Amino acid sequence: MTEADWPLFEVFIRSRSGLEHKHVGSLHAADARMAIEHARDVYTRRQEGVSMWVVRSADIIASDPEEADSLFEPARDKVYRHPTFYAIPDEVKNL
Amino acid sequence: MYTQGLDTHGKEPLPTAAEGEARAARFQGRIDAEEKIEPKDWMPEAYRQTLIRQISQHAHSEIVGMLPEGNWITRAPTLKRKAVLIAKVQDEGGHGMYLYSAAETLGIPRAQMLVQLLSGAAKYSSIFNYPTLTWADIGAIGWLVDGAAIMNQIPLCRCSYGPYARAMVRICKEESFHQRQGFEIMLTLSQGSHAQRAMAQDALNRWWWPSLMMFGPSDADSMHTGQSMRWKIKRFSNDELRQRFIDVTVPQAHFLGLTIPDDELHWDEATQHYRAGPIDWSEFYAVLKGNGPCNRERLEARRRAHEAGRWVREAAAAHAQRSQRAAPPVAGVAGVAGAAGAAA
Repeated sequence: MTEADWPLFEVFIRSRSGLEHKHVGSLHAADARMAIEHARDVYTRRQEGVSMWVVRSADIIASDPEEADSLFEPARDKVYRHPTFYAIPDEVKNL
Repeated sequence: MYTQGLDTHGKEPLPTAAEGEARAARFQGRIDAEEKIEPKDWMPEAYRQTLIRQISQHAHSEIVGMLPEGNWITRAPTLKRKAVLIAKVQDEGGHGMYLYSAAETLGIPRAQMLVQLLSGAAKYSSIFNYPTLTWADIGAIGWLVDGAAIMNQIPLCRCSYGPYARAMVRICKEESFHQRQGFEIMLTLSQGSHAQRAMAQDALNRWWWPSLMMFGPSDADSMHTGQSMRWKIKRFSNDELRQRFIDVTVPQAHFLGLTIPDDELHWDEATQHYRAGPIDWSEFYAVLKGNGPCNRERLEARRRAHEAGRWVREAAAAHAQRSQRAAPPVAGVAGVAGAAGAAA
C-alpha cells in the first residue's frame, strides 16, 4: 500500500545575520514545526544558518516560464535606467 | 515551488508534431548554450524520465548506503571514530533527502519512489550489496567508494538540470570529509601492527574491483551514455571517469604501502596513465540482478525500518491534523510575509 506523502515545504535559510534568507531546498513534514526540525537536520548540519523559514510549497505562487518574455522583456530597452547611460565630462567630479 | 508548475502539464493541449520539434530544437539550443533547465521549463518527456531514473537511483543509493557503514557504529574502535561515523552516515541520509527532493521537482511523488525501492523494482549502486566484514572496510569505503562517488559526482555539479546540479554541489562539499576520514583510517591501520596492516590490505583486496564497477559498464556496453551526454546530464563517459579514478588512487595505495589486487596493473609511459586489468563484468551484472552477497539483506533492512516507523508516521499525521483543527494558522503570518516581501 502506498502511504500519502506528508505536505511538501520549501526551506529558506539566513546564513548569518545581515544577509537575506535564501532558498536551499525542500522536504516533507507532517506540520510546520516538524518541517523546522527536519530542515535543521537536513540543511544545517554544518552551521549553514542562524535562522530558517519553511513554507508550504503549495502556498507559493510562481511565474510561468512561458510568460518570461512578456514579463521581463519590457525592461530590456530601458537602458536609461542605468547610471552608465549618461555621458558626463571627465572633469566633472563627484557624480 | 518546484512541484507547483508541474500540475499545469495536464491542462496544456498536446503540441502538434511541428510545435514539438521546434520546442525540442529550442530546448537543445538552451542546453548547448549551457543554460540550466528549471522544473517549470518545458522539457522533452525522455529528458524528464532519464533524470527521474538517474536521480532516484542516486537517492536510493545514498539511503541503502547507510546500511553497510551503520553496521560498524556500535563497534567503532574509539569514541572519535564513532562520532565521525555517525556524522558520515547522517550525511548519507541527508544526501538521499536532497536527491529525492530534486527528483520530485520532475513530478514523481516521494512515496512512489519509496515503493519502487522497497518492492525491489528500483536499482541502486551495486557497491552497497557487499558486506562490511572488518573495521578496515569502513576505511576502504570512505577512501575508495566515496572517492569513486566524488569522481562521478563533481561533473554532475554542472548537470543541465538545475535542481540536480544544486543538490550535487551540496553533496560534493560534504563528500570530501567522507573520503579523507576513510583514507585516515587506512593510514592509521597501515602504520599499525602486522595484523592491522593485513586487515587494511584485505579490505583493499575486497573493495578495489567493486569500486571500479561503480562507474558502470564500459562505454561500449553503456545504454544511456550518448543521449545523456547530448543533454549534458553526463559530462564524461564511464570509462573516462574510471580511468581518472585509477590514476589518482594507485599512488595513494602506494603511499599506504598497500598492493592493488590487479596483477596486470602497470604504468603506461606513452599515455601517462595506469592501465588496469580486465574487469569481471559477470560479477557486476549478477549483483545488479539481485545476486550480490547482501542484496536481500539490504532490502529487508529497508522494509523493516519502513514498517517499524509506520506508527511514528501515523502519530505525526494525527497530531498535525488535530492541532490544525484546534488552531487554524492565521495570526503572526503577516509579520513574516512582510519580511519576505522586503527581502524580495
